[in-house]
Amino acid sequence: MENLDYIKMEFLSKSVNESFARAAVGAFAARLDPTLDELADIKTAVSEAVTNCIVHAYPGDIGLIRLRVRILERELLEITVKDGGVGIPDIKKAREPMYTTGGDDRSGMGFTIMESFMDKVRVRSAAGRGTSVTMSRRIRRRKPRL
Amino acid sequence: MKIYAEENNGSLRLSFSGELDHHGAKGVMKTVENLLDEYLPRVCVIDLSELSFMDSSGIAVILRINKRMNGMGGKAWVENPSGQALRVIDASGIDRVIRVIVQTR
Repeated sequence: MENLDYIKMEFLSKSVNESFARAAVGAFAARLDPTLDELADIKTAVSEAVTNCIVHAYPGDIGLIRLRVRILERELLEITVKDGGVGIPDIKKAREPMYTTGGDDRSGMGFTIMESFMDKVRVRSAAGRGTSVTMSRRIRRRKPRL
Repeated sequence: MKIYAEENNGSLRLSFSGELDHHGAKGVMKTVENLLDEYLPRVCVIDLSELSFMDSSGIAVILRINKRMNGMGGKAWVENPSGQALRVIDASGIDRVIRVIVQTR
């Protein structure tokens, strides 16, 4: 697949960076001319993935979150959010709606939202080594008159 | 993130403004719990018309309010979620648990 352009960044797993991450991805994705709904979906999915790293990957600790956004082909946006945290012991369980290890503060809907807002979500994880979430979304091309 | 509260005859309207994510959720939960304890309302209206962004952290907040209100023998519902918030609400399926009123104006 042709890699047309990409950004890479890393930041600490501080919750204040959640809004930074989704805004940065939104700004990069804007060049694909997404609709407002498409842009909102992408930003929401990023917010969920980054929040997972902050809440679950580094519990009671601060670690590094790596974010890569690629434009593959002309209409395909691919986002990878990677951490070096504790890992997910049971990915299938973690992706179930309403399942959470985060207690009453969390809804357990993070993966459900990523899955419904993105075309594809792939999760890889190894205990003690971290988790990588790669999600992609096709932005259908529109024909602007100006 | 800001929350405005308006009480009228046993009905408490909580208006959320700004972005509701995990970063703000803890403070929001605490503020909301305190407001519910203070007013002990029969009805709690969760007004999302001024909310520009919400993720699953917002879902947890809504569910918590609903649980608290049900526990007190009261009722809660959501009013006027913006487009983005409504997409999150729809994806989460919480409208099976709490009433969501879109566009009352």
